[in-house]
Amino acid sequence: MVPESYYLALSAVLFSIGVVGVIIRRNPLVIFMSIELMLNAANLAFVAFGHRLGSNDGQAVVFFVMAVAAAEVAVGLAIIVAIFRLRRRLSVDDLSLMRW
Amino acid sequence: MELAAFTLIALIALGSALGLILKRNAIHGALFLVVNLGSVAALYLTLGAEFLAAAQVIVYAGAIMVLFVFAIMVLIPGKEETGPDPRRPLRWVALPAGALLLAQVLVILVGTRGPTPVGSPAPGGVEAIGRLLFTDYLFPFELTSVLLLAAMVGVLLLARRRT
Amino acid sequence: MSPVVPPPAVALGVLLPVLVVLAAAAVVLVLDVLPPRDSKAHLGGVALAGIIGALLAIVMRWGTDARAFRDMVLLDTYALYFDLVICYAAALIVMFSMDYLGRTGSESGEYYSLLLFSTAGMMLMASAGDLIVVFLALELMSLSLYVLAGFFKQRLTSGEASMKYFLLGAFASSFLLYGIALIYGATGSTNLDRIAAAAATRNAEPMVLIGLAMMLVGFGFKISSVPFHMWAPDVYEGAPTSVTAFIATGSKAAAFAAMIRVLVVALRGAQPDWSALLWALAALTMTVGNVVALAQSNLKRLLAYSSIAHVGYMLMGLVAGGGPGPGAVLFYLLAYTFTTVGAFGAIALCARAGEEAVEVSDYAGLARRHPVLAATLALFFLSLIGIPPLAGFVAKFYLFGAAVRAGYIWLTVIAVLNSAVAAYYYLRVIVYMYMREPDGEPVAVAPSLAGGLALTLAVAGIVILGLMPAPFADLAQVAVAPLLR
Repeated sequence: MVPESYYLALSAVLFSIGVVGVIIRRNPLVIFMSIELMLNAANLAFVAFGHRLGSNDGQAVVFFVMAVAAAEVAVGLAIIVAIFRLRRRLSVDDLSLMRW
Repeated sequence: MELAAFTLIALIALGSALGLILKRNAIHGALFLVVNLGSVAALYLTLGAEFLAAAQVIVYAGAIMVLFVFAIMVLIPGKEETGPDPRRPLRWVALPAGALLLAQVLVILVGTRGPTPVGSPAPGGVEAIGRLLFTDYLFPFELTSVLLLAAMVGVLLLARRRT
Repeated sequence: MSPVVPPPAVALGVLLPVLVVLAAAAVVLVLDVLPPRDSKAHLGGVALAGIIGALLAIVMRWGTDARAFRDMVLLDTYALYFDLVICYAAALIVMFSMDYLGRTGSESGEYYSLLLFSTAGMMLMASAGDLIVVFLALELMSLSLYVLAGFFKQRLTSGEASMKYFLLGAFASSFLLYGIALIYGATGSTNLDRIAAAAATRNAEPMVLIGLAMMLVGFGFKISSVPFHMWAPDVYEGAPTSVTAFIATGSKAAAFAAMIRVLVVALRGAQPDWSALLWALAALTMTVGNVVALAQSNLKRLLAYSSIAHVGYMLMGLVAGGGPGPGAVLFYLLAYTFTTVGAFGAIALCARAGEEAVEVSDYAGLARRHPVLAATLALFFLSLIGIPPLAGFVAKFYLFGAAVRAGYIWLTVIAVLNSAVAAYYYLRVIVYMYMREPDGEPVAVAPSLAGGLALTLAVAGIVILGLMPAPFADLAQVAVAPLLR
């Protein structure tokens, strides 16, 4: 049996990769995909913790997170498509994301 | 044997995650993300979460990624992130920040035992999850339906041409 | 396992206020497709009726301490207090919206239903007894607000605001979720009471602390405390002013509600650890907010930084994790909500040459042409400074007093210095209104019945809170008492 901590370590690595992706990428779609990666890492952690605890609660939570992710993707892509109708190029820098 | 399988899947997951954030082309990134989501589904299987593995493939790979690929195809006219990067100094912060976060979480996750399991492990499987969702988690389940309705209304508002 | 699943207990009474709001959202959606199709003015009235119904339900339920759905939903005085604040803000914002959107002819059923959906999400955040409900309610609130921020589809600034709010909001939500995962892993539950019980039996584990820190990132984003405030000025500036008012008040109140409950109920054992963190966040937030506000020439951006600074003051009340601090924060939120909704509402009423008046210089000479509106706006700014006898003064008095009594002298000194700095940029706007002449076309004000009524209610709020604060301060202390037991 593979210990759960291996799964947890993997989930931590995936989450950190997602964080780095959000910071270094400029394309909003790629940033959004990096956020999906972070959510997935959290899901993996929930399942692994649930396995360690011997309970199904972790799995139930992941089910809800999937529903939230689906809703988030629908709304997020609608926002990105709507802004693209107004302007043709798509990069977050043009939006001065980090302006003070 | 199990460890070998885990290692293989974990490497695929890591490689595809790195591919997503390092590849310049958004379509390649989306395909890497599909691979990543699939490998996480496989990990769910090894953890005895068959229901979630199926849901992962159906919801993420089937619905979410199709939307992503669709949006990328519609929006990106071949033009990619080129030209000078106005936020270059900030980007150098990303790696140390990510590494710090990673180190912290890793040390803690691996070093902590957590509470010991109470009794025997609960039977997994679709039936047990289904029971849980409609009893203990009835309220979050219903709340999710409201959330989906709100998202639907919002998307309609944004997508409609008439103002 | 028996083949028949016993039906779970369903206690809808606990959800009554939220259900009224959701029912109103559904009614608005249905009425939207029925005639008259060219006028949507009545939908605002339906939304307003729904919120007033919810306010009645809250008053009816006052004093109960009910829990339902396996302790996932709590309806105690704490939740009811926040419901009151949120519904009050929502009611005023619906009234301002009827005026603001009616003028541009952009009223729509989706706008009001999304406003109601996000209101329901906020109310559930205040009622959440489980981290999963916190997460889902926060998402319900946020998804609706992301869309509302981009409601003016023809304006690039509105779209940018929406996209920025969405990307950074989703980023912060995933931190919140990972934090919940870590706390679940360390304590074996997502239920607040069970987390508290599990955390009390063992010393605060590093895993709980990291989980807590990650949850604070998520909440810090929603309340726009300093390292996580980047989105606020741009979103406040770009979003429709009525939506800005809701983001600045309702979503902040809801995030504070959930954050205080999580910190004080579930993670009280880790108080020594998070109080140092909150100390630094509070000092940083109020200082950065006020100093950057000095340089702003856009009134909506100025108010964004001002609201960041106010979050800093409120965090100060939580550092002690007990005593009179949390009650003072609840009172401060009430005063802040009245004032901020009113200020943004007054801005929404002003228009110049067909455009919205958002630059500070647009307000030059307002006092000469529209003395009543100028006086109202001046009152809101004076309350934000903390001039007696307005609500802002009393709220600051309670909050700073609580911090001193808890022994955080240095933090209070920083807060007092900050309040002095803040007076400068608020007074600058008042000087423009009263002592400068406009160059070019002056601000035109087109108040409608709904907008005027909402302004009157907001002014009445800050004056009553300022003159007779005692009953409301008691209410806030009573509301927070069940958490501190």
